[in-house]
Amino acid sequence: MSRMETLTTPLLQVEHLTKRYGTRIGCADVSFDLWPGEVLGIVGESGSGKSTLLSCLAGHLTPDAGRVIFDTRDGPRDVLAMGEPERRRLSRSDWAFVHQNPRDGLRMGVTAGGNVGERLMAVGARHYGDIRAKATDWLGRVEIAAERIDDRPSAFSGGMQQRLQIARNLVTGPRLVFMDEPTGGLDVSVQARLLDLLRGLVREMGLSAIIVTHDLAVVRLLADRLMVMKGGHVVESGLTDQVLDDPQHAYTQLLVSSVLQV
Amino acid sequence: MIRISGVSKNFTLHNQGGAVIPVMAGAALSVAPGECVGLVGASGAGKSTLMRMVWGNYLAASGSIMVGGLDVAQAEPRQIIALRRSTLGYVSQFLRVVPRVPTLDVVAEPLLQLGVPQDQARDRAAALLARLNIPQRLWSLSPTTFSGGEQQRVNIARGFAHGYPALLLDEPTASLDAANREVVLSLILEAKARGAAILGIFHDEGARARVCDRLVDVTGFTPKVAA
Repeated sequence: MSRMETLTTPLLQVEHLTKRYGTRIGCADVSFDLWPGEVLGIVGESGSGKSTLLSCLAGHLTPDAGRVIFDTRDGPRDVLAMGEPERRRLSRSDWAFVHQNPRDGLRMGVTAGGNVGERLMAVGARHYGDIRAKATDWLGRVEIAAERIDDRPSAFSGGMQQRLQIARNLVTGPRLVFMDEPTGGLDVSVQARLLDLLRGLVREMGLSAIIVTHDLAVVRLLADRLMVMKGGHVVESGLTDQVLDDPQHAYTQLLVSSVLQV
Repeated sequence: MIRISGVSKNFTLHNQGGAVIPVMAGAALSVAPGECVGLVGASGAGKSTLMRMVWGNYLAASGSIMVGGLDVAQAEPRQIIALRRSTLGYVSQFLRVVPRVPTLDVVAEPLLQLGVPQDQARDRAAALLARLNIPQRLWSLSPTTFSGGEQQRVNIARGFAHGYPALLLDEPTASLDAANREVVLSLILEAKARGAAILGIFHDEGARARVCDRLVDVTGFTPKVAA
């Protein structure tokens, strides 16, 4: 594929994605494109369907209708039509998922180095020295001192655990990262450091990312584009600063005007 | 380089009974490469609103806003993102940055986004900060704790790091002392000399006289109130 073509193909095309829980709507008729190198923020209050949407995209939940077309290394494919082994392979090599609670994304009984190395082994790395060197390099990139490599994450602070989770997820060079409230539950000074780290990694690795959060300050600094969800529906989407500075939908206006100024 | 025609703007306040407030109609102006056009008009006349529509964070209700071949009023978000990366720069009145990021990196970031190697981007950032009299001992600190005037200068350095073909300046000389005001005016004149099209708001009349080739009074774009 030529460079021009790569640039004009979305990495992810989501079409009419719907998920119901019985008669309740999880998310309804969600469609959007995500382009290479782009960061998409999804905001909305609790219960708006943003986490359901993220789980459907990442293959953790099976939607009732719709298509999720990912531009795999072999061309665009509908992820939902893939077999389980193929989708798992994709989620190890091309995707990453950063959970809000690092305990959901880490193996707490395994050392920091092991947490990172395990992901490398899952995509075929076998040479112990190489794996350890790469793990050390990644711990450095997320500002975890090399001498902590043999410590378990249970001995880490919340902010360190979150950075370790990010290292574990990015070490395999994914092209798409899903993040569910990545800075939630961290105190603000740790949040800032994490935001800076994520921004640098997105730029250097050319990552695309989908970030679910309720924090409008986080999306303003991190996301290129924004989708606002309410009751399972996308009520507004656009450039991040346009949606925040000139919101068009009643709900977005309420959301933006409810933020405390600091 | 910048050509605005037939632009109108309304605000709909859904949470205040759905009131529709027309704020602009029939706005038109153009800025040629190497030219600086100043927006004038009383406070609240719509200078910043017009500027934000060009930047793309305010939606235009109608009309076209061409910047280097792209109609910002119609463009997809990703087209505007690409435009802002390479073509259109904006020095706003407020500095908005990730806390704890060093000043030098804040200024270098627009260049890093364009793929300029890190040492080159930092050299350019350092040169601008030095020129704008930000003491070197502050470069490794986050600008969030700086004084208003220092933040303004960091913002200007960031806006001038890349040689954008089109530039929006919102009160670039406000809250600056005479020496720094002089530096900013020479940066603007240099940008014009290399062919940048500049649209600016300058309350400082002396500055306006020095850099602006023409003035456009936005009062002419105020919608006629019916009844």
